[in-house]
Amino acid sequence: MKRIYMDNQSNTKPDERVFESMKPFFIEYYGNPQSIYSFGSFSKDALETARRRVADLINADAEEIIFTSCGTESNNLAVKGIAGALKAGGRHIIISSIEHFSVLNSVKKLEKEGFEVSFIPVDGNGNVDESELKKALRKDTILVSVQYANPEIGTIQDIKKLVSAVKESSNAGKFVAFHTDAVSACGTIPVDVKDLGVDALTFSASVMYGPKGAAALYLKKGVRISPQLDGGIQENYRRSGTENIPTIVGFGKACEIAKDEIVKNGKAVQKLRDKLIAELPKRIEHIYLNGARENRLPGNVNFSIEFVEGEALFLLLDAKGIMVSSGSACASKNLKLSHILDAIGIDVAVGQGSILFTLSKFNTEEEINYVLEEFPNIVKRLRDMSPLYSYFLKTGSRKAAGPGTDFDDHHDDHCNIEE
Amino acid sequence: MAFYSERVMDHFANPRNVGEIKDADGIGEVGNPVCGDMMTFYIKVKDNKIEDVKFKTFGCGAAIAVSSMVSEMALGKTLEEVMNLTNADVAKALGGLPSNKMHCSNLGADALHKAVENYNSKQVK
Repeated sequence: MKRIYMDNQSNTKPDERVFESMKPFFIEYYGNPQSIYSFGSFSKDALETARRRVADLINADAEEIIFTSCGTESNNLAVKGIAGALKAGGRHIIISSIEHFSVLNSVKKLEKEGFEVSFIPVDGNGNVDESELKKALRKDTILVSVQYANPEIGTIQDIKKLVSAVKESSNAGKFVAFHTDAVSACGTIPVDVKDLGVDALTFSASVMYGPKGAAALYLKKGVRISPQLDGGIQENYRRSGTENIPTIVGFGKACEIAKDEIVKNGKAVQKLRDKLIAELPKRIEHIYLNGARENRLPGNVNFSIEFVEGEALFLLLDAKGIMVSSGSACASKNLKLSHILDAIGIDVAVGQGSILFTLSKFNTEEEINYVLEEFPNIVKRLRDMSPLYSYFLKTGSRKAAGPGTDFDDHHDDHCNIEE
Repeated sequence: MAFYSERVMDHFANPRNVGEIKDADGIGEVGNPVCGDMMTFYIKVKDNKIEDVKFKTFGCGAAIAVSSMVSEMALGKTLEEVMNLTNADVAKALGGLPSNKMHCSNLGADALHKAVENYNSKQVK
């Protein structure tokens, strides 16, 4: 059976050159980079080469890179570590309403520890409004965290403008740290930390053709952070634990490749994306693009397909060998509509039919054509059995709660899932 | 292990008794589009038995499989037997459902009961 992988926001296929670069560091050069004998120095050299390559991708200095195990860890370190280091200057944090769970749940934990958090809204395209950010700033604000690009709806923020807004608005002499979660952006679109002016930036190998198990936090020189793991001297005391050399080496290689190929790959992937975005609405009625049309990640296609449900869509796509994702409540483990779709204000019933294709450099036009051929049949099949669609065909209107529907009676045990 | 059992996937991919009955004796509907699933059941009754049953369902894999299984279990049964059918019976017949789907998508028996109640209410008049 065909295997068409279009769920690259969750994880990319590693590049073979990345895999090759990692191989010697499993059973050949397995020394601990902190060991002083020469065998350890092989690993140490590999670690520092990787650090330089990772730094180069985002125009940082090597000593500004802290290696971690995943994007979630980098976000935890950034949010909790910076808040912990700066709390003498205040206890107020601002994040956007479309952050990844690792940022969202980090600030929720900090709230329990006495920090206050403001969540700034986004517009219908998922853009953070600069004026909302300025409004949220307070005298005791110490940290702002806004995602660079959203993996689900593809919207790319104007981080440079948001950083300027924060730096200009903060009180004279008062430092407000700006962190951005750039997991979906790095390796996909060019990112330059010096141009952006951010103080901290998260990125990960696993979504840029590198291995799982390696990620980084860029931390600008001079910005303080309190470590979240207590231990030894690794990563200059900022992240203890024996370095995962094979994956770090792979991360370095992935960054080196990305630096060379990012523009070329971006253009090719964007061409495929634009074909899907243009052609699907010609083949399927009542579908709506979620997220920004411009300033969108080159591989991101997110549509809401009315009258059908997202999990059913992706199960039938899976049966055709096409692997995608959905933001519907039923498709999530917690049975809630994605908070991203909620934040951009889409109709909840329509959002249940969201389907997310995220493309990579390994996807081909032939695969796009296959999706264009198969997907409309799948939608038709589900619509043919959808009471919402037959109601629409008969009446021309959308069904909210029709005769016989005991929405009130059943709401609690049916739809209002307890946390 | 796959998220759904083989039997769930079979009923989801090849649902039995999909459709509407134009001159149905009873119609029952549960769910809401906002929750992500909604089921409508149509029944024909003859000699106190379910002579024909059709459904239309908007929802996830589990919701569609549940509807299909309920329709299969109902066919030929007496109205009393149908009223005794529970959502748990349906889940069991499907070889189980993922725990997070037990409550949200497993409403087929409720929809069928509503269709029978709808039929009964017409008989009284």
